[in-house]
Amino acid sequence: MPKDDGIGAATTRREDPRFLTGKGRYTDDINVPGQAHAFFLRSQVAHGRIASLDTTAAAASDGVIRIFTGDDFAGVGGLPCGWQVTDRHGQPMQEPPHPVLAQGKVRHVGDPIAAVVAETLDQARDAAERIDVDIEELPTVTNMQSALEDGAVRVHDDLESNLCYDWGFIEDNREAVNAAIAGAHHVTTLELVNNRLVPNAMEPRAAIGDYNVATDEHTLYTTSQNPHVIRLLMGAFVLGIPEHKLRVVAPDVGGGFGSKIYHYAEEAFCTFAAKAINRAVKWTADRSEAFITDAHGRDHVTRIDLALDENGKFLAIRTDTLANMGAYLSTFAPSIPTYLHGTLMAGNYATPLIYVNVKAVFTNTVPVDAYRGAGRPEATFQLERVIDKAARELSISPIELRRRNFIGKDQFPYATPVAVEYDTGDYHATMDKLEEIADIAGFSGRRAESAANGKLRGLGISHYIEACGIAPSALVGALGARAGLYESATVRVNATGSVSVLTGSHSHGQGHETTFPQVVADLLGIDAEQVAIVHGDTATTPMGMGTYGSRSIAVGGTAIVKALEKVIAKAKKIAAHLMEASEADVTFADGAFTIAGTDRSVAWGDVCLAAYVPHNYPIEELEPGLEETAFYDPANFTFPAGAYACEVEVDPATGEVEICAFAAADDFGNIINPMIVDGQVHGGLAQGIGQALMEHAVYDEHGQLLSGNFMDYTMPRADDLPSFVIDHSCQTPCTHNPLGVKGCGEAGAIGSPPAVVNAVIDALQSGGHDVDHIDMPLTSCRVWTAINADTGS
Amino acid sequence: MYSFELRQPTSIGGAVRALADGGQILGGGQTLIPTLKMRLADPGVLVSLGRVDSLLGICTDDSGRLCIGGATTHAAVAEGGGAYPALARLAGRIGDPAVRNRGTIGGSLANNDPAACYPAAVLASDAVVATNARDIAADDFFTGLFETALDDGEIITEVKFPVPASAAYAKFLQRASRFALVGVFVARFASGVRVAVTGASESGVYRWSEAETALSAEFSPSAVDSLSVAPGGMIDDLHGSPEYRAQLVRVMTSRAVAAC
Ligand SMILES: Cc1cc2nc3c(=O)[nH]c(=O)nc-3n(C[C@H](O)[C@H](O)[C@H](O)COP(=O)(O)OP(=O)(O)OC[C@H]3O[C@@H](n4cnc5c(N)ncnc54)[C@H](O)[C@@H]3O)c2cc1C
Repeated sequence: MPKDDGIGAATTRREDPRFLTGKGRYTDDINVPGQAHAFFLRSQVAHGRIASLDTTAAAASDGVIRIFTGDDFAGVGGLPCGWQVTDRHGQPMQEPPHPVLAQGKVRHVGDPIAAVVAETLDQARDAAERIDVDIEELPTVTNMQSALEDGAVRVHDDLESNLCYDWGFIEDNREAVNAAIAGAHHVTTLELVNNRLVPNAMEPRAAIGDYNVATDEHTLYTTSQNPHVIRLLMGAFVLGIPEHKLRVVAPDVGGGFGSKIYHYAEEAFCTFAAKAINRAVKWTADRSEAFITDAHGRDHVTRIDLALDENGKFLAIRTDTLANMGAYLSTFAPSIPTYLHGTLMAGNYATPLIYVNVKAVFTNTVPVDAYRGAGRPEATFQLERVIDKAARELSISPIELRRRNFIGKDQFPYATPVAVEYDTGDYHATMDKLEEIADIAGFSGRRAESAANGKLRGLGISHYIEACGIAPSALVGALGARAGLYESATVRVNATGSVSVLTGSHSHGQGHETTFPQVVADLLGIDAEQVAIVHGDTATTPMGMGTYGSRSIAVGGTAIVKALEKVIAKAKKIAAHLMEASEADVTFADGAFTIAGTDRSVAWGDVCLAAYVPHNYPIEELEPGLEETAFYDPANFTFPAGAYACEVEVDPATGEVEICAFAAADDFGNIINPMIVDGQVHGGLAQGIGQALMEHAVYDEHGQLLSGNFMDYTMPRADDLPSFVIDHSCQTPCTHNPLGVKGCGEAGAIGSPPAVVNAVIDALQSGGHDVDHIDMPLTSCRVWTAINADTGS
Repeated sequence: MYSFELRQPTSIGGAVRALADGGQILGGGQTLIPTLKMRLADPGVLVSLGRVDSLLGICTDDSGRLCIGGATTHAAVAEGGGAYPALARLAGRIGDPAVRNRGTIGGSLANNDPAACYPAAVLASDAVVATNARDIAADDFFTGLFETALDDGEIITEVKFPVPASAAYAKFLQRASRFALVGVFVARFASGVRVAVTGASESGVYRWSEAETALSAEFSPSAVDSLSVAPGGMIDDLHGSPEYRAQLVRVMTSRAVAAC
């Protein structure tokens, strides 16, 4: 009998009463006695030389404690980049410095020039207006193609060019891929843009630096998905503070989508300034500031060629991508278009030859880094779009063409030509499930109904794969990661049998406080209520790498399982002692230790008590207490996959796209809490649909962000979306972690954009419009323009 | 935001006196407060109209006009403007609930955002904008982008809408802000049809006289099909090209007629 609060139970989220009643505790809710407030004077131009910077008048403003400029940080390290990519020619990427405060030059709108610390935020702002700064404007580069032209303005004077790297994957396959494409029966080519996005977490970033002069200890409260990583990066590489003198606390975090992985200048600034003025220093971004300082996502320009034989079998794939890095390298930026993108280019298909080229480019824009899906949506989008185009060119149904090329169920483990090995999957099963839940058979009837109302109805299919459970440390190390990607957990059993789990994962909305106890409850046979999750504080949790890349249950959850196994092993010894039995005869199930084949047993609670009150205890052989730590480094990535279908209606008179239906059949392996999985899929789909139809960070040629607020940057709202039909009953459990889980956090955002675009193209073609691609976002204006540019209709 | 003093008079006279020292009128604050938050204005004194009872509410006057107090919220018009259903529906689709619960008709008209909805209703309905000083005819009120005939400190006290035989507002949403990307208000009176277009033109709300002529001759959705709308002078931004807006002007006009 499954436990009603164990693995597989759809228990309600434990954190919701707190969040829904305003009792969450976010970084901005924290106020340290005596804290001062920081305000950043930011560049309003995208590129310029700071000709002069005079803070004298500002420093005399009311309430000003101190004004900091780049000079104060001359002796401080820059913000480090956590991944070094090696290019096609074996050379390391170009890695420019990333100062905390601008050193002589500003390189994007929002680059911090100076920071005022004052008694109140208003005073800091008032003073910032009195800073006399003279910026000599320089020409800007925002467009990647022009940034790579000879003689282009350079974002970094010290670099040879704006090219960060020219990466080939796998370089040795390049010629074979070119040859296969040259000789193929049919080649489908598509040029496309993966639009730049602003992450827009509901909670803007914030940081409070605190310093205790008596102990020389620093505390940073920050909005982070990975406090330990921030402690390591900032302590070791920026400010030179050893770990034992630096505590990083990330309390409740209100969304991140990747943008709160990275180490940002404001965190280093507040930590540094707190010591300099010997008072806590607090900063909270306002929304406009978030738009121009949070790392953006996506921003690729790609050309993809797909070669097929006369039976529609994929022979080779070649892709060339320009990936925008922005003005500086954000923490994990170089890895996103490479190892999180190139490695996924096989998709679900048995394509023998693949070559991926990526040129990463510096521009005068906000840095770009991982955003929900990170690299995998970019891979999936181009692949699922080009397959759709090929299907149309060859008059094969898009579902059939995909099926013809799926990696078969019996082919796992399957080594792709892009260096990863899929452990398990069943793509026909997810496609079958999709056909059922999306009622693909009934589509033509629905199309006819739409036509009767003057609307063009389209159906779009996509089938994605993603690599989650990031990541085997040795592997990523070999690929240039400057960090390990294991996860940790301490299971602390209390004397009365309740449990605290101290984890290096850190929820920023995923519901770890609900799902992790379900795992513990299941394995220990106790109530989930008896389990508390402690996370987000380097002082209490073991060194862990945090939450992103759909890794928390697969890697963090496994660390918990490993720690629990150690706890159970020790508890068995104690139980054996209490029952005067041999350890080998003791079994543990449903919260009780039993001597196999007898009815003699001792309860979990009694064993826990004995561990902490060791009167009758094997003290010679066993330490008292019941607390174990495990670090788990995954053997492989996990590979969730799924089939998505989107149905749209297009109004040909206005180009307006309405999503009528969206169905998702995902294979996430085993599932801990189906309701939370539903929520993750819903959120991912909303973001993916947002990318496909609405969201766009647009820079003009002067480097001004035109869509820099919610009046112009379109976030999807509930009434823009249909009621989703989702299913996760197709389950091929992961073969290399004990829970058999794969992760579900990013899937929706990865699989949905191509489904939406494919649906719109299908709708337009059904109306006789000769349109085979429109770049995202498919705004009504873009769709109408495409219809009317098409002369074939 | 710079600090400011908030005055909350309870009469129009009190508001006029408070404004005499150079303060700025505060309606629902949906436009003004964001401007202040971004430190784009520093009025020093804000004179709120929210407590002036005579500026709140909806009634019908002797000539059958629907009269809406200058500080009446969009939500109140959506709920209480039933005597002019097209107007009530327009109010009910402005922005989002928060905007409708705070934003006011006076604020909307005084601001005259080129993508706002009320200006189209006022112009198409041939309404009269009453202020503490005078009555201004709709055709004279809107003078350009964010420009009106109001003098500094002049308060919109009431807006008087003649109720047409039939009317409808067709709004194509700008999806981010939920303002109008293009909105067309068609009002059919015994004397003829008036058509006002918002969201499209670089010089703000305007009457589309060719459509008025065509629709006065034949009131049907297809009556505008053959009219051409020139993209010249149409707004060009992230959300729509001039050509696209020109197309929407025709399509939305036709749809408004269909909904009449
Ligand atoms: C997210 C969002 C979406 C919106 N969507 C729409 C939409 O779809 N359609 C639409 O039409 N509008 C929309 N608006 C604008 C909204 O209707 C505002 O309420 C309106 O523009 C301003 O009205 P207010 O009462 O808030 O005025 P305020 O912001 O208080 O004032 C605006 C200006 O008008 C002046 N003023 C205010 N009241 C008076 C008065 N009685 N007499 C003279 N001057 C006065 C003020 O001094 C100020 O200069 C939206 C706004 C937001 C924030």
